[in-house]
Amino acid sequence: MAGWLEQLLGKKDKSAEQAKERLKLVLIHDRTDLTPHQLEMMKNELLEVISRHVAIDPSAVKIDMAQDGREQRLIADIPLKPVNARRR
Amino acid sequence: MAAKVLTVTSGKGGVGKTTTTANIAVALAALSYKVVCIDADIGLRNLDVVLGLENRIVYDLVDVVENRCRLRQAMIRDKRLPELYLIPAAQTRDKNAVSPSDMVRLCDELRNEVDWILIDSPAGIERGFRNALAPADMVLVVTNPEVSAVRDADRIIGLIEAEEKGPARLILNRVNMNLVKRGDMLNADDVLELLAVELIGIVPEDEAVVVSTNRGQPVALDGKSKAGLAFQNIARRLNGEQVPFLSLDEKDGFFARLSKVFRSGGA
Ligand SMILES: Nc1ncnc2c1ncn2[C@@H]1O[C@H](COP(=O)(O)OP(=O)(O)OP(=O)(O)O)[C@@H](O)[C@H]1O
Ligand SMILES: [Mg+2]
Repeated sequence: MAGWLEQLLGKKDKSAEQAKERLKLVLIHDRTDLTPHQLEMMKNELLEVISRHVAIDPSAVKIDMAQDGREQRLIADIPLKPVNARRR
Repeated sequence: MAAKVLTVTSGKGGVGKTTTTANIAVALAALSYKVVCIDADIGLRNLDVVLGLENRIVYDLVDVVENRCRLRQAMIRDKRLPELYLIPAAQTRDKNAVSPSDMVRLCDELRNEVDWILIDSPAGIERGFRNALAPADMVLVVTNPEVSAVRDADRIIGLIEAEEKGPARLILNRVNMNLVKRGDMLNADDVLELLAVELIGIVPEDEAVVVSTNRGQPVALDGKSKAGLAFQNIARRLNGEQVPFLSLDEKDGFFARLSKVFRSGGA
């Protein structure tokens, strides 16, 4: 993310802001019982399965954990390559 | 009468469960309710000293459970208020001396005699916490605006939901407005966004709590201190009243932000 920009604007200097950002990540892992490493592995496996069936551009893929009330949601945004591009 | 059983818990230790239990009990009793508080922290009892009733203990919770006395005999009456009672924890026993079903049975026996049963839970997620949770109709989770306390609160809220005792209500205790203004302490909005639960009270960090605990006179006995007023407000919210959250600093418009929390956080 644009962490450096926030750093520049001084927002990240506030320790409360840091506490909140760190807590957000910690709570995701506590609630899902997934370590950051496991989450990364899961993403890679997902991409592997999907690209077996359709052409995708791995660099355009977004897979993130989002908080919805007290529930966690895995949100994937996976743009597919156009058919023309796939033929070539 | 059909009592409501209110359990006060936290996950992390030392965040203010006992202080909160004592003060809400006092404030509810001052609203003319008949209140019994039970110290479920067996082996580490403290509710007796915070309420200033430590010299009047004869029987305790374990004596009741093991039938060495009748329930009535273990209820110490607080003479400062019309109908406030304490059932103290045993100090020399371990938490396994009481089971969750013992707690359910004991509360059921009290239900027809009083309006509110408040249970002071020990820290942690083990037997003592299970004992305190088992009879609960409503659970109050106390936390501080601080990383480890919020994290543990999240864990305990998850366990409360898993036991179908939710939704938990949150009490944010020991808020230091100077630190919040400086950006060095999580504010109520931050904590509510992270935990996604309903807020029932914001209690400021207040020297009056230390002084009143020294004396065994809970701050909520009079509403002169900010913390005392905050605890009285929690009791009024439990009583079904719509009470705005305390403005901890009215001078520079902080009230506006707090009242926003009030609107989004419900009663
Ligand atoms: N709002 C407050 N302002 C100042 N001090 C406070 C406040 N709330 C609690 N304290 C102090 O914090 C300490 C811990 O409080 P308390 O014993 O109520 O916590 P607890 O959660 O019951 O602890 P334990 O987990 O050990 O049972 C006490 O010394 C108490 O006086
Ligand atoms: Mg305690």
